[in-house]
Amino acid sequence: MSDAQLSSPYLSPGKPVGALMLQVVIALLPGTLAYAWFFGPGVLINIVFAVVLALAFEAVILKLRQRPIRPHLSDLSAVVAAWLFALCLPMHSPWWLVAVGIGFTMIAGKHVYGGLGFNPFNPAMVGYVVLLISFPREMTTWFLPIEVSGQSLGLADSLAFTFGAADTTGWDALTAATPLDQIRTAVGQDIPISEARSAPLFGHVGGKGWEWIALCWLLGGIWLLVTRTIRWQIPLSLLLSVVAISALFYGIDSERFASPAFHLLSGAVMIGAFFIATDPVTASTTDTGRLLYGAMIGLLAYVIRTWGGYPDGIAFAVLLANMCVPLIDYYTRPRAYGES
Amino acid sequence: MTTQAEIARNGLWNNNVALVQLLGLCPLLAVTSTVVNGIGLGIATLITLVASNTIVSLIRGFVRSEVRLPVFVLIIASVVTTIELAMKALFYDLYLVLGIFIPLIVTNCAIIGRAEGFASRNPVGPSALDGLMMGTGFLVVLALLGGLREIIGFGTLFAQAELMFGEGAGALTIVINPDYGGFLLAILPPGAFFGLAVLIMVKNWVDQRPREQAAAPTALPESA
Repeated sequence: MSDAQLSSPYLSPGKPVGALMLQVVIALLPGTLAYAWFFGPGVLINIVFAVVLALAFEAVILKLRQRPIRPHLSDLSAVVAAWLFALCLPMHSPWWLVAVGIGFTMIAGKHVYGGLGFNPFNPAMVGYVVLLISFPREMTTWFLPIEVSGQSLGLADSLAFTFGAADTTGWDALTAATPLDQIRTAVGQDIPISEARSAPLFGHVGGKGWEWIALCWLLGGIWLLVTRTIRWQIPLSLLLSVVAISALFYGIDSERFASPAFHLLSGAVMIGAFFIATDPVTASTTDTGRLLYGAMIGLLAYVIRTWGGYPDGIAFAVLLANMCVPLIDYYTRPRAYGES
Repeated sequence: MTTQAEIARNGLWNNNVALVQLLGLCPLLAVTSTVVNGIGLGIATLITLVASNTIVSLIRGFVRSEVRLPVFVLIIASVVTTIELAMKALFYDLYLVLGIFIPLIVTNCAIIGRAEGFASRNPVGPSALDGLMMGTGFLVVLALLGGLREIIGFGTLFAQAELMFGEGAGALTIVINPDYGGFLLAILPPGAFFGLAVLIMVKNWVDQRPREQAAAPTALPESA
């Protein structure tokens, strides 16, 4: 077939799912490596374990649903979902916690709706929120960066921790509240933020280590934009809305509300903006809709962080925005030429 | 004319209030965090259903159709108030646990649904039986859902049985795994939705199986 015989309009054939997901995996590498550098190899164990479990769940469910197993396993969508889910978890999570979360990610997040492409909610966030609501103790056991605690768990120790063979007494010094949690507690006790920030946990802008990891997510996000894996609307509007609302309240009272830079580089804002909110299945599909969708997540995340019951709100914000996607898409549908 | 066997089969399985008609979901989802709570509300609903069906059927010749719904609601409300007072007197602790959901039985759509759909056009005998069977179907689902959520959420079964069956029943409580940390989601409202969905799934699966087996032989020649 020669090109000369084709007439416009042209439709691009689009990239296969596997190629898109491969780009996401590549973009996740710098942030993941930075995470392991600052916090120890435990995070890698989480990721590998979650990915293996996710592939196993996927294979079993596809078998039960009598669907072809090989093409669905090799499109990497389960790998990406499990990877993102594992990054949300605290390090050294016990194995059963990962297993329950991955089970919900794969079954309740994805396959009950009909599998990839049909799920209204971001599967990784479904699994994460189930755990966050159900196991508050396990989900708030955050380990300190090596730089702060001065100790690191080796690979063997981390494995023992994950599979429940480690002696957990005496490890208390290794865990603490996250920077977001500390700011939250300080504000609750009327301690000014400038004073709270003098704790050893805090770095230049955000938390020590955390801020660099966030910048690495930004780097991966830029790679996704350059390779045209994601569109610019969602990350841009999400980050801008976080900056706008946090600047507003920072301007009102800088001792009770953290700075925009702190909000951008803390918690899940960066990874959420580029990797979680941009999930092509659950995000809005129109250009205007993407702007609205991103802004909604940014605003909701800030509101939950500042006035809600949890220190970070990206996961809840993404799920709430997922719910609104059909409505957003309906009202932002581009008008075809000639349609009134 | 519906036979007694048909009424029973409809109430317990084919037309189950909770699993097929999806009526009365508010109390169903709200109080089934344990088996005992589920059974408590289930029995109260069962008694209400039998009593309201019987009374509605008795007066069906005297009530003009224009005012039938307010009359049914009045009857149901009187029955529920009686049950609430009786519960307060007999099972005060359980009454405290179930709280607002006892008076709210009045608004349970299953009850007015049966009054309107069955009792107002059938004689007393079948109406009472219908109330009994529909109520039992509801009770079984409440108990199953309560058991499911209690096992997953708390790792126990029949906890606080003494609230309903007296002091001696405390021994009924089964602790399945004393080290179980609990799975909070099962106790929270989402757990009720997940649990009910699982029960409906099981029912549909059971219903489909004989059909698939019957369809299998006819499908064979086509593929051959």
